[in-house]
Amino acid sequence: MMQKQISLRQSLLLGSLGLAGFIGLWHVLAVSGLISPVFLPSPLDVYDRFTTLLDRRFAGATLPGHLAASFQRFAYGFLLAALIGIPLGLLMGWYQILDEIVSPLFDALRFVAPIAWVPFAALWFGTGIGGPIMIIFAGAFPPCVINAYRGAKFVDPRLIEAANMLGTPSHRVIREILLPSSVPSIISGLRVSAGLGWQSLVGAELIVASAGVGYMMVQGQANVSTTTVMAGMVAIGLVGLALDSALRLAERIIQRRRGLDH
Amino acid sequence: MGVIQFSKVDKVFGPRATGFRALEDINLEIRDKEFMAIVGPSGCGKTTCLRMVAGFEAATDGVVSVDGTPIKRPGPDRAVVFQQFALFPWKSVYDNIDLGLRNQNVGRADREARISAILNLMNLTQYAKHFPHQLSGGMQQRVAIARAYVLDPDVLLMDEPFGALDAQTRVVMQEELVRLARKNPRTVLFITHAVEEAVYLADRVAIMTRAPGRIKEVLDVASIRNAENWDSYEKIEDVMDLESFVHLRTHIWRSLREEKAAQHV
Repeated sequence: MMQKQISLRQSLLLGSLGLAGFIGLWHVLAVSGLISPVFLPSPLDVYDRFTTLLDRRFAGATLPGHLAASFQRFAYGFLLAALIGIPLGLLMGWYQILDEIVSPLFDALRFVAPIAWVPFAALWFGTGIGGPIMIIFAGAFPPCVINAYRGAKFVDPRLIEAANMLGTPSHRVIREILLPSSVPSIISGLRVSAGLGWQSLVGAELIVASAGVGYMMVQGQANVSTTTVMAGMVAIGLVGLALDSALRLAERIIQRRRGLDH
Repeated sequence: MGVIQFSKVDKVFGPRATGFRALEDINLEIRDKEFMAIVGPSGCGKTTCLRMVAGFEAATDGVVSVDGTPIKRPGPDRAVVFQQFALFPWKSVYDNIDLGLRNQNVGRADREARISAILNLMNLTQYAKHFPHQLSGGMQQRVAIARAYVLDPDVLLMDEPFGALDAQTRVVMQEELVRLARKNPRTVLFITHAVEEAVYLADRVAIMTRAPGRIKEVLDVASIRNAENWDSYEKIEDVMDLESFVHLRTHIWRSLREEKAAQHV
């Protein structure tokens, strides 16, 4: 059967419907009295708390202040992962020897969840900025490597042959053939990488940081302020969504500029 | 110089004993500045011959050499024009042509002069800043030919270069290639399955058998072309009407048909 095309308006409508349904159900559950408000605050309480936190300090900073601290750590970890991961992936895609050396190690390490690095991050960096950056890096690094590697491996072999017959040296093949050809794959890798990095950040801050959304949530927990914890969750979700949308937009713009979207 | 030599070349894809025997005992010499076309039924290994000269494939047995030196790897002395153009989609026409010159560390001013000369020769000057996807197939193949020619290679390898073009564009490109080859002669190895194209363009035409491909026959077209003065005709269709042309074409057709018939028995 043919799938009917869903317009942007319908898609937005359906999305809002899902969200409204979820919040409605949550609200009913919270006000029914079946569950204590400490266990499950109502959406309105969370909304109140969220707006209050926008300009009132909690655990040393307002919510935007905490978000800014978190975002800075995230940006460092994410950029570091991209700057090391993309070249490494491309090099592994070009030099088979490097691929053979690195792949087994990489494939084993990437199954270690970023949060498993927390004890070492604390041990090596104390409560400084290095710890969270390392954990975000651990989350964001693998998709950068994997997608750059895939991009380099799936370059049209005829383009490699053309480059070879033109006498192109390896460094130039990597920069001028493999890299541009891998851009779509790298960008989708960056999207996954940003998502995983942002997720890992909160885990990292739950333990080692002294400011940031994760830290705010830990303090909320200590004060039995479940609304603060939930306001933190909402903020994390919103920033994550914004981040993903921004990268998706970048992806579209790049595709269009390359003239490959038609 | 640019003498291509195949001596006792076998090519097997896969294990030597059980793999696919693509080529068997190929012996062929392509002289300096000669235009050699290879025709043969599809799957006969004609493209494999070209890929061995390019350095993309190694011979299983025997030697492929240029000017007596066995071929080990691809290089700009043997420029290739691919059937599917293989232009770099993210580089402009200018930058596509420039890459090979940059690889040879040619100075900027010299590069600019050589590129603008070849753009002019190929009627591409106004498209220098365009990207490949903005051009028609015929224009893209002009760029690919310019990219190869600008390197001033000893040997030009053309792998069914007009196979992806429509009939009209194809004719124009054939006429242009003749013009280019007369003006700036190179050793050319030209792979095609179009018989007319081979006879119109080549000095000699090698006919291959079905797989495993062998050289069945090599026809001298140049002596007939010169004797019958083909070059005095401007249009390809006028040449194609000549009795001498038709005679050669029919001869090659028959030869290929034998191979086809044998293939399907």
